[in-house]
Amino acid sequence: MSTSIALHAGSLERAETASTREPAWVKVVLISVALSFFAVFLLLPLGTVFAEALRKGWGAYLEALVNRDAWDAIRLTLITAAIAVPLNLVFGVAAAWSIAKFEFRGKRLLITFIDLPFSVSPVISGLIYVLLFGAQGWFGPWLQEHDIQIIFAVPGIVLATIFVTFPFVARELIPLMEAQGSEEEEAAVVLGASGWQVFWHITLPNIKWGLLYGVILCNARAMGEFGAVSVVSGHIRGQTNTMPLFVEILYNEYNYVAAFAVASLLALLAIVTLALKTLVERQTRRQLQEIAATSETET
Amino acid sequence: MSISIRNISKQFGTFQALDDVSIDIPSGELVALLGPSGCGKTTLLRIIAGLDYADRGQILLDGDDASARHVRERRVGFVFQHYALFRHMSIADNVAFGLRVRPRRERLAEAEIRRRVKKLLELVQLDWLADRYPPQLSGGQRQRIALARALAVEPKVLLLDEPFGALDAKVRKELRRWLRQLHDEIHVTSVFVTHDQEEALEVADRVVVINKGKVEQIGTPESVYDHPATPFVANFLGSVNLFHGRVEDGHLHLGEHALALGAEGGSEGRAVAFVRPHEFDLVPGWHADGGLPARILRVAAVGPSAQIEVSRVDGELIEVTISRDAFQLLGLAEGDQVSLRPRHIRVFQAEALAA
Repeated sequence: MSTSIALHAGSLERAETASTREPAWVKVVLISVALSFFAVFLLLPLGTVFAEALRKGWGAYLEALVNRDAWDAIRLTLITAAIAVPLNLVFGVAAAWSIAKFEFRGKRLLITFIDLPFSVSPVISGLIYVLLFGAQGWFGPWLQEHDIQIIFAVPGIVLATIFVTFPFVARELIPLMEAQGSEEEEAAVVLGASGWQVFWHITLPNIKWGLLYGVILCNARAMGEFGAVSVVSGHIRGQTNTMPLFVEILYNEYNYVAAFAVASLLALLAIVTLALKTLVERQTRRQLQEIAATSETET
Repeated sequence: MSISIRNISKQFGTFQALDDVSIDIPSGELVALLGPSGCGKTTLLRIIAGLDYADRGQILLDGDDASARHVRERRVGFVFQHYALFRHMSIADNVAFGLRVRPRRERLAEAEIRRRVKKLLELVQLDWLADRYPPQLSGGQRQRIALARALAVEPKVLLLDEPFGALDAKVRKELRRWLRQLHDEIHVTSVFVTHDQEEALEVADRVVVINKGKVEQIGTPESVYDHPATPFVANFLGSVNLFHGRVEDGHLHLGEHALALGAEGGSEGRAVAFVRPHEFDLVPGWHADGGLPARILRVAAVGPSAQIEVSRVDGELIEVTISRDAFQLLGLAEGDQVSLRPRHIRVFQAEALAA
């Protein structure tokens, strides 16, 4: 008697879960579509990069990387990132701080404009600088008079990179800082802390994971940017070639192994970035949960 | 340190948050700023601290104009409604913060800082939490840590914004008693903001009732409760029954009934009157000259007092509270006729209510 009831209850339960669940074939199809898409469009190209780079063995691979032009491209890419990332770190923190902690006219407009580099095609970002600083540009004659070269030189590449990577840090920090509010900063000021002490001891520790996350993304884009940099670079070997531009040149010269060898470095950078990003993301999420938990117990 | 608030006005856009507010707070007193939410009390507290600026008026701390003095230099302790503990610092570091950010030549030795932090944590009875972090603490514990942190810099003035607002009822009650005791120990001039009249009346030496950016009344808890200066104060402090009527020859006329006003009286003309629930005597039956005739609707006799809801002949509801013993002696039940005899009536001219 009791077993029959139990059986009945069991089948009822199964019927209920089945009614809220998709049939098994839907699950299988969806998962396999997602996985094969991932394999074909993401994993395969990534694998190809390394496979092509190593096609003629490690010797050819290393040879492609250890030559003057390759070194110059790598060096220029590192220099560009080394200038653009710290500058955008400072700009980003300043912008996020002013947006999250102050009320002022034009705040919404500023938020919109921070996103501009994301919404504009990178080619246009590059063209803006050509129009401004190029030989026929607004400041062109003046620059030529003073013998300053921006376009087709390193400054142009750095400017274009700064423009393209501007939003990463600010976008990451604004929601975080808005969620945190400014009560802690006020508390610190009342306790006698100076503006610098407040920033250093209160604000920075509270945003450090979000900031690091923004910097990682910013750096990845700064090293990998092609479109904007391509317009302002002039593609002078050994002088204005960044790694992505160098890859293109090598490829156009049918030097596939070398092209993929340099590309493999960029791919490695992407993988390292992803790993770091996942790590830092976990930390930021934990921090946001802490904020949520704190405010929950307070209300 | 005494605080003098002189003619403070503050506007946010078109909203008048504070309108010509003047309050004198003598040294060592514990004062409550009491009012409904949005009445400007928190703004006033922030202006005293220097976290906000007044459009007009002055704040004098010990007789010196502090309006131009930066928050850092005002020597105030501020306890935020949501505590604002530094979440990435341990409890001990939170309390030590104010001592550690001092300029190097004024800074105490690290050992002395640690000693002070320990003493403060003992004062708020939480020294066992020194190594924890804010998210690991309960609301009441965070509140006390926030207080210890504010006291660490030895403020001349302690300002508390809705100090118990975010706590549950039981912890609230404990903490406000504890705050009162603490104040009696350390005697620092303290101002706290609250919208809870019970809290203000229980804890404060003096209560400042604020409404719509203006001071309605300043006085001891007894005086504001027993002698409200305005209808708003009468209404806001504790529950009251409101009557509209006319005052003529020492009587309050409510429809066809009249209640004698006694010595306090009231000026002739249209009037509003307030009677607190516990200021009624109940007499069984209706009497020609003995109070307002009414009928008992509902009785909630739980605890030491009986809450009785009665309805007047015209249907208006009145709340009456008498002791449970007295109610049982009367032998009344729901549906019975009773006469209400107020022992105390506060009368205001009708125009005053509109203001």
